[in-house]
Amino acid sequence: MSSLIQKFNKTFGADMAGPVIAFVVVMVIFGLGADNFLSLGTFGSVAFQLPELGLLTLAMLLPLLTGGINLSVTFTANLSGLAAASVLQAFGGVDASGGAFVIAVAAAVATGAAAGLMTGAAIAYTRAHPILVTLSMMIFLRGLGEFLTRGGDVSGFPSYMEPIGHGSIFGLPIPLLIFIVCVGIWQVLLTRSKLGFGLLMIGSNVEAGQYSGLNTRRIIMLVYTLSGVMCAVAGIIMLARFNSVRIGHGESYLLITVLAAFLGGINPFGGFGRVLPVFVALVVLQLLSSGLNLMGANQHLATALWGVLMIVVMAARTIVSSYFASRRKKI
Amino acid sequence: MMSAEPLLSLKNIKITFGGVRALKGVSFEVNPGEVHCLAGENGCGKSTLIKIITGVYKPEDGAEFYFDGQPITAMTPSMAQSLGIQVIWQDLALFGEMTVAENIGFQYAVSGKYGLVDKRAMEKAAEKALARLGVSLDLHLPLKELPIAQRQIVAIARALVGEARLVFMDEPTASLTQSETDYLIEIVRNLSASGVAVVFVSHRLAEVLEISDRMTVLRDGALVGVFPVEGMTQSRVTELMTGRNFDSAVIAADHDDQPVVLSVKNLSRANEFENISFDLRRGETLGVTGLLGAGRTELALTLFGMRKPHSGEIVLDGETVHFGSNREAIRAGVAYLSEDRLSLGLNQPQSIADNLVMASLDRILSGGLISPPKKENVVAHWISALGVKIGKPEDPIRTLSGGNQQRVAIAKWLAIGPKILILDAPTVGVDVGARAGIFEIVRKLAADGLSIILISDEPPEVYFNADRIIHMAEGRIKATYDPRQMSLTDLEGKVYA
Repeated sequence: MSSLIQKFNKTFGADMAGPVIAFVVVMVIFGLGADNFLSLGTFGSVAFQLPELGLLTLAMLLPLLTGGINLSVTFTANLSGLAAASVLQAFGGVDASGGAFVIAVAAAVATGAAAGLMTGAAIAYTRAHPILVTLSMMIFLRGLGEFLTRGGDVSGFPSYMEPIGHGSIFGLPIPLLIFIVCVGIWQVLLTRSKLGFGLLMIGSNVEAGQYSGLNTRRIIMLVYTLSGVMCAVAGIIMLARFNSVRIGHGESYLLITVLAAFLGGINPFGGFGRVLPVFVALVVLQLLSSGLNLMGANQHLATALWGVLMIVVMAARTIVSSYFASRRKKI
Repeated sequence: MMSAEPLLSLKNIKITFGGVRALKGVSFEVNPGEVHCLAGENGCGKSTLIKIITGVYKPEDGAEFYFDGQPITAMTPSMAQSLGIQVIWQDLALFGEMTVAENIGFQYAVSGKYGLVDKRAMEKAAEKALARLGVSLDLHLPLKELPIAQRQIVAIARALVGEARLVFMDEPTASLTQSETDYLIEIVRNLSASGVAVVFVSHRLAEVLEISDRMTVLRDGALVGVFPVEGMTQSRVTELMTGRNFDSAVIAADHDDQPVVLSVKNLSRANEFENISFDLRRGETLGVTGLLGAGRTELALTLFGMRKPHSGEIVLDGETVHFGSNREAIRAGVAYLSEDRLSLGLNQPQSIADNLVMASLDRILSGGLISPPKKENVVAHWISALGVKIGKPEDPIRTLSGGNQQRVAIAKWLAIGPKILILDAPTVGVDVGARAGIFEIVRKLAADGLSIILISDEPPEVYFNADRIIHMAEGRIKATYDPRQMSLTDLEGKVYA
């Protein structure tokens, strides 16, 4: 048994254990409990719902790994969506051309990046805690967004936006494909890039990073800028899925993104974490919610169970790690 | 006079952790009112022994344990407390935000009537304990406003509140200056005169010899012996602790025929250092010594680009440089090994491999991305070149001993291909045996043409390992010495004058 665990840890990493166990448990319980859980329908709905939460979680991930947090992810996403919507409207709304789409995407990305850069610069130069800075940013962006939209929806987009939210290629939903590409980019960023190396290092000790010549300010600013860009991608997907932009869309996702990251084995103090376990954790959360949906349970109950799942996983982790710690107690 | 009966007597203490025998039948005795030294390298079992005496760990069967003549079968931490056995750990475990009185008398704070804090009793107890040490401190000052030496006094006073009879002090002088150490030694003498036995755990040898009556030496979990301190020399103690004999000889040599790599001219920073000038030649090791606060680290950080000089010039390879950050210094080939390995020099939770490549990422890139095979090669190369003993390169660096950590820290800087390596107190927290290994590396590097600035507050280190010695005091260069033209005692006399 223990050699099996070692083999698993070696192949997938120890942080993969939590999400994979949770995945198996959810599959077994719903596979037995709900008749039509193991069907294409379930996976279809998961595949379409996953990307929004997933992209926002990727946006949350980098700040968490530096030991920070970005509380403004949902509003950054919607404000970026709003920037795209404004461009599309300016070019004729439903009649906007393909060229307008390119400009709209550029506007969204620029908005997300600008919001992120502002946040990052504030954190890097004032050394204020990221909770305070991003909380301020969140309130600022929400206020700004509600002011610009008068608190309502912006809608009326060209028909080619529809497939981005609902279309499929080779049976795979387009939002899912976009999400998977983004997961891949984050994976390379974290495991192979200088930025990824630096952000993990300063996540566990900023000063040691400075003394070794890492440009810690630049890393922090880039991290929040990239977080903002990822929010913009999420904002475009949300625009296409809801066929509208509203500053409050997906507001409840904010803390779920933190939950998903921790479920995926991210160290809450920063410095350690990988993308793939977080991806599996996201799939588990969506399966849980879809399964309960199939069983006719209330959607709010699903949210409650997400919280319970997290507590169970944390408790299990403590028990397992104290078991291993007691076995290799040292002098 | 010593009483015939020892206060504490242990025999045949054995304990095993995870299959490793940490103590192999050790005996240990302390007389009432004695100052006793417990010496040995890190990992020799000193802390384990203290934890057995205070009831944290249980020894294996067959152990004999007497306190004050009474046999003790199952010691517990609360029993140790009530018998008057106290430990002052290196980190002191004090509350920074609380006042001196609260820190000393906090046991009274939680034992007042109706669960309320009895402030009067607390202050009275604190005052009494401080008076016994012969010191007076402002009871209402928050602890964090005191210098470290006085915090130590607070920790000792707290131990005395519980009517201590036997006090263990774990590396009490590790962060003290010479005058603070003298002060602490005075306090320990008072304590011993008042009948409290003190066990001093330290690997700074000079003060051990000054303060103790007897010493117990442990090596690899076994007792080497109990020795009277009178007539003991530092090199003899080192030999006992490590089981090896370190012959020291001056290695200083002339480098006048070598080109000047670094030339510092009238370098100053307000309130830190003033008018510092020296040349450093290729392959030369320049020792910098002086007491803490002499401005050595500040000077090093300025050469490393982390601070800007207010006036003066730094000339590197014939060109005047103005580093905007340490990144520019690193690019120019200046490396700085921090004196604080735990929080600045290394990233303790991260892996050995990541720590090793942290400063030289540009050298392991391939197509703009970090190349895992290149990284592996670099890590393997330096691990073997510097003889670092590790399990896997992916293990957190904090799992290594101080000496091996320091080797990785040196490797991190060698990996950038430096011209100048500044070593700031490279043997802090490194065992005596491992220190020799570090200096062996330093000598080899110098022989290969690297220019080295070796900063140390232990005169023997610079005396035996440098070609020239700069003596700094209060931010100025007081004198430059040639080790070949003076004895170590001369140098120590000048530094501690």
